[in-house]
Amino acid sequence: MSRADHSDINQTIDHLFRHESGKMVAVLTRLFGFPNIEQAEDIVQDTILTALESWKFGKIPPNPQAWLYLTAKNKVIDIIRRRQIKHKIDNDLSFLLKSEYTLTPAIQEMFTEHEIRDSQLRMMFACCHPSFSQEAQITLMLNTLCGLSVREIADAFLSNDETIQKRLYRTKEKLRNEKISLDYPGADAMQERTDAVLRALYLLFNEGYNSSHPKKLIREDLCEEAMRLTILLTENAKTNLPHTNALLALMCYHVSRFPARMDDKGFIILLKDQDRSRWNHFLIKAGNEYLSRSASGGNLHEYHIEAAIASLHANAKAYENTDWERILNLYTLLLRMNDNPVVALNRCLVIGETKGCEAAIIELEKMKSLQENCYYQTSLGEMYLKNGNKMEANKHFIHALSLTSSLVEKNLIRSKIKMSEEE
Amino acid sequence: MYLFRGGMNGSESPEVRQNQMEKWKQWIDDLNKKGIYVAGDPLQPAGKQVNGKKKAITDGPFVEAKEMVGGYLIVFAKDINDAVETSKGCPIFNLDGKVEIRQVQKM
Repeated sequence: MSRADHSDINQTIDHLFRHESGKMVAVLTRLFGFPNIEQAEDIVQDTILTALESWKFGKIPPNPQAWLYLTAKNKVIDIIRRRQIKHKIDNDLSFLLKSEYTLTPAIQEMFTEHEIRDSQLRMMFACCHPSFSQEAQITLMLNTLCGLSVREIADAFLSNDETIQKRLYRTKEKLRNEKISLDYPGADAMQERTDAVLRALYLLFNEGYNSSHPKKLIREDLCEEAMRLTILLTENAKTNLPHTNALLALMCYHVSRFPARMDDKGFIILLKDQDRSRWNHFLIKAGNEYLSRSASGGNLHEYHIEAAIASLHANAKAYENTDWERILNLYTLLLRMNDNPVVALNRCLVIGETKGCEAAIIELEKMKSLQENCYYQTSLGEMYLKNGNKMEANKHFIHALSLTSSLVEKNLIRSKIKMSEEE
Repeated sequence: MYLFRGGMNGSESPEVRQNQMEKWKQWIDDLNKKGIYVAGDPLQPAGKQVNGKKKAITDGPFVEAKEMVGGYLIVFAKDINDAVETSKGCPIFNLDGKVEIRQVQKM
């Protein structure tokens, strides 16, 4: 086997382990309860180590997932028989673990597709419990549901191992102390909690899409995880809300552009310059499908509007064919629902397309709260450049340069500074 | 207490086995939902006996497979008739087994 084959296999196994460990931790925590979450993680770690040992020298079994599940099941049954579960199990499944009549069938059933999905769903709800800060929610989800290590999470959030470790430790302690369970929230709390989960997934997606990591602009993995979990929500009647589908549509549209966002040298390509033939049209179709599914119920949600805007971009044959008027109306509507400066900023850029850069500059200069925002400064710079005012453009691009730590963004801004200094 | 006799004897196909185990799990799940399940386990066929004052140890008992006690279950019941009714849901009857029902003695 060539070295390339070997590293391909490693990548695939890496992916497999990450996904499956996320699922297995959800299942075992559902079985044992939160007080035993660390033991659940240990058993899963053990299973992966056993796999690594047995699969040495590339002897991967034909169905690696089934192999992993079988190994985990046997470990679990063994531990239960030896009464080695640390903390008392106090949930609706505990009695099944006490009798040999029910132990094995119960464990078997927990590893069926239906139950695995159910466990992950419960886990998502528990992770987004209102007691946790948004940061804690996402960190917990990434660690338990997505199988990311402390190092990987620290890397994604430009933080350090210690901070993430502490945050996880404190969050898990809270889980124990507040006796948060893996039961579904009651009917009245369901809507609220689902919204919390969607918010967390949105943030997670954003984190991947706009990664502030200095070396990688797009953390595709994070986006993939966010999408995977959102799809899970659409597969369950309780959570398959219209705006769940809208969020999923939004994610599809954004990810469809990944192949065109960067050139071979690692430089950013702006939307207007992207080669649209490189967009993933399968994902765009999927986005369209989810968007149409979201068009039900009586409530208009922000995600609906954001998805509609993304749809107009995604389905335009070229930048020049974009229906800017409709997009402007959508942004105006969005701003009314969510008086958010970033939304306002994006709306100004659209005004630049519908009414010209002078109008955009007027609108932009009115906004005072985003002076230290990189995109605000680059937007002003871009508009002034278009307007022929190179001096003003230069000022704003230089200011923007100091406001980002992303290498790829710095490169783009430097090229703009150059442009604004040419005669 | 229920004492089970008969039912599976080891010669069943894996599908039948799995099916039966599922049914047992279902039945016990039901009993638990009704709040009457206490405990229960299947028993291994080979065992030992300790007899009399001399505490003589023998292997066994050696009885016909369908007479061997294969498992036990303890449930709450209002009275023996209630326990009889409850026992009717037991999957062992699918395989022509029998259930002995005994009330726990108060001492």
